[in-house]
Amino acid sequence: MDFGISKREELFLQMIREFAENEVKPLAAEVDEQERFPMETVEKMAKIGIMGIPVPVEYGGQGGTNQMYSMAVEELSRVCATTGVIVSAHTSLCINPILEYGTEEQKMKYVPKLAAGEWIGAFGLTEPNAGTDAAMQQTTAVLDGDEWVLNGTKIFITNAGYAHVYVVMAMTNKELGTKGISAFIVEKGTPGFSIGKKEKKMGIRGSATCELIFENCRIPKENLLGEQGKGFKIAMNTLNGGRIGIAAQALGIAQGALDETVKYVKERKQFGKPIGAFQNTQFQLANLDAKIQAARLLVREASYNKDMHKPYAVEAARCKLFAAETAMEVTTKAVQFHGGYGYTREYPVERMMRDAKITEIYEGTSEVQRMVIAGNLFK
Amino acid sequence: MNIVVCIKQVPNTNEIKINPETGTLIRDGVPSIMNPDDKGGLEMALRLKDQYGAHVTVITMGPPQADIMLREALAMGADRAILLTDRKFAGADTLATSYALAGALKTLDYDLIIAGRQAIDGDTAQVAPEMAEHLGLPQVSYTVDLKYNNGLCTVKKETEEGYQILEVPTPCVLTVLATANKPRYMSVKGIMEAFDKEVEILTADQIDVDPARLGLKGSPTRVKKSFTKPQKSPGQVYEVDAEEAVGIIISKLKEKFII
Amino acid sequence: MEKTDYKNVFVFAEQRDGVIQSVALELLGKAHELAGVLNEKVVAVLPGHNITKHAQMLIEHGADDVICIDEPELKDYLTEQYAQTICQVVEKFKPSILMIGATTIGRDLGPRLAARLTTGLTADCTRLEISEEGELMMTRPAFGGNLMATIMCTEHRPQMSTVRPGVMQKMPRDPNRQGNVIAFKPTFDKSKFLVRMVENVKVDKGKVDITDAKVLVSGGRGVGCKEGFEKLQALANVFPNAEVSSSRAMVDAGIIDHDRQVGQTGKTVRPDLYFALGISGAIQHLAGMEESDFIIAVNKDKFAPIFSVADLGIVCDLNKVVPLLTARLASEIEKK
Repeated sequence: MDFGISKREELFLQMIREFAENEVKPLAAEVDEQERFPMETVEKMAKIGIMGIPVPVEYGGQGGTNQMYSMAVEELSRVCATTGVIVSAHTSLCINPILEYGTEEQKMKYVPKLAAGEWIGAFGLTEPNAGTDAAMQQTTAVLDGDEWVLNGTKIFITNAGYAHVYVVMAMTNKELGTKGISAFIVEKGTPGFSIGKKEKKMGIRGSATCELIFENCRIPKENLLGEQGKGFKIAMNTLNGGRIGIAAQALGIAQGALDETVKYVKERKQFGKPIGAFQNTQFQLANLDAKIQAARLLVREASYNKDMHKPYAVEAARCKLFAAETAMEVTTKAVQFHGGYGYTREYPVERMMRDAKITEIYEGTSEVQRMVIAGNLFK
Repeated sequence: MNIVVCIKQVPNTNEIKINPETGTLIRDGVPSIMNPDDKGGLEMALRLKDQYGAHVTVITMGPPQADIMLREALAMGADRAILLTDRKFAGADTLATSYALAGALKTLDYDLIIAGRQAIDGDTAQVAPEMAEHLGLPQVSYTVDLKYNNGLCTVKKETEEGYQILEVPTPCVLTVLATANKPRYMSVKGIMEAFDKEVEILTADQIDVDPARLGLKGSPTRVKKSFTKPQKSPGQVYEVDAEEAVGIIISKLKEKFII
Repeated sequence: MEKTDYKNVFVFAEQRDGVIQSVALELLGKAHELAGVLNEKVVAVLPGHNITKHAQMLIEHGADDVICIDEPELKDYLTEQYAQTICQVVEKFKPSILMIGATTIGRDLGPRLAARLTTGLTADCTRLEISEEGELMMTRPAFGGNLMATIMCTEHRPQMSTVRPGVMQKMPRDPNRQGNVIAFKPTFDKSKFLVRMVENVKVDKGKVDITDAKVLVSGGRGVGCKEGFEKLQALANVFPNAEVSSSRAMVDAGIIDHDRQVGQTGKTVRPDLYFALGISGAIQHLAGMEESDFIIAVNKDKFAPIFSVADLGIVCDLNKVVPLLTARLASEIEKK
């Protein structure tokens, strides 16, 4: 694996940094404060290809790499974690499974519009009684003639309401357990499909997180994604990829908090000198910097493996576990360095600390990541 | 329509600092960027391309490291990129630089040549008008807007008092201000494709010039010395609350008979 | 080229709508000083239409000779018309030095002329001196004002420079000064007159040029937004001759017009009083304002470089200081 970045990636980083700094950062506090989905940012991202980075050109994508996609999520999250997760859920959890498991017709129908950002994508797995234990799916899908009939409720769905395309898991045969779960593509506006209550969240407050409600929702038979009964496998593989995106998000939050802190400790004076002049400050920040770079290399490794079509499930679990916990540690310490100001909304580290927490929870909690890593150790 | 845009890679002068001990410039770690006025010029060309389907060539004179900036221009939407590079150009002042660029332009097809008003490292604003003179083309500088219709450019030029509307037929040279527009971002696809394209290299032997007029020996001006400015001795600084601050300011203004 | 054939210090006397520009008089002041060292004459070159009547005023400000080129084609500045004219003047009169104001006109004309005459041109000079060998030493800022460079043009003539407005000092007007007025008739190649002026619009911004203001209330990144600048305007309104100006960051952000920008890429100002509010003091900004008579800086950051040039520094939040200062100043001035 190459630890350096190519000229192409260097240019990509320059672009995404400029974009994040000029277009995303100015909205971050407002989007958080008002719990507002930043649709205007999505439109701007769509225009320059950020909504379809690792998607092949033949499906209307940008032909970029997963490495570049991770860099994009990192750089967006560095200034606004809400924007980072919008791109991550859209790309990793909706476009990816359709590209990987979809028929040619499904790919041609959905991917170009998703990759162009005309449509936003979402993913529905979690239910009130099926969180980490995702096998406990209660949403059902029954074949009735040429249509599947869906019933049930999904919760905590990122991009819900704003998304046009939903990849949804449902039980097609209860007796078979996880082998009875299948994946479906559901479009916004399908009769019987509605968006339920919107969650009031601690962090990433601009991202829309809602219930999906299916009440005799009839979708065409051909909207089955992959083979019947393969839904659990599709979901787990999708989450493996998604974890790289969330790790990149966590990494971005951590880096953003460190940047803000370094800036702050240079300005803030106590006992007659900038607090950055104290060795305790310098050493603690050095530790955080080292951890952030370690997290970055783990994210790079997982992204690289995905680009090289090598196995990446364990790498994805490692990078998500480490990046998420690093984000939590860095943001907590960032608030501490800011003192009383850090606890106020005058400085962005307060938001970053709230945003960081979710990265230890969604797309597999840190405990799930440890299970994956340990599973590999003890196999 | 063929448009050639002249661009330059420059150190981001906003990030240059001075070593307080030695009084010299700290250039290490200062990022190189596409000169802002040039980027405005490129955006202006790309908008013409969007409207009329022009072919946009970017050209820069500089070291091989300028390759990345040319890729940036390609990723923004330029069609062709040329790097004019040769040791023989070294030490060129604005006259010799403009002469070399004009020599390169003579080997290209163009209807319209666009350049930035000035580069943020040199701030001379001289190269493009001098180049226009070498090419015998009319020029409009300080361009902030451009409308094109069938060989005629209608140009809005910023002046100290307002603006002028000028008409100039192609071929001509325009120099553009960074404030003329908001340059587009590179697209992801553009970045992918930029590295599949070739950046063409032109050397002194391949352009239409008299070698005696290139580089240092073709430059009438010489930098005799350079130095950092002596710093003024600072006045008193008070770290106080607003109420006290206002008191201090008002008593100072009275002392100085300003109020 | 025989260097010894070239003599005298020439100044391009820029006029707009028949009004001699202030920079032309500043250049005459400098030219007078340089010509004194060289023991040469100061010659003003005045192109335009119906402008001969202004020749005496140029003499009173330091010109020994005034070359008037009075042609209808020269009424408004257009690059080629003026380039042909000045080029012919240079070829006939062979000046050793030609100074041009670094205005939008001068910086358009200068390089065009230099290339046509195959000589050197130094842009936007802030200092001009004569060396021991009698050569012109032209000093100018570069790298965004981070560095000063002294440039010479020893093997070519004329030695040309554009000079930043507001930097050189005018001579006091002397109504008794005498000089010669010389009429010059250029031969135009009209086939090269390809640029046509459709409109010349003066935008009345309702404000004085910031270089003419006695007090400048200048805002930077710390002011942040349009509303912040309204507070600065309120402070400016307290003074009889005050304007709001800004640093480059606020211009780049589209909050303030470019004609309000102070600094290397903006204007050089020398007001009696300069408020630097929320301006960190990048060198490129300092280059445009450090000659102000009295500088008051307000900034939250004690280490902001602006404090190194300020006569009075206040480490405090400008948003708190400005409204309070506005109110107190208003009542102080009312008391008088």
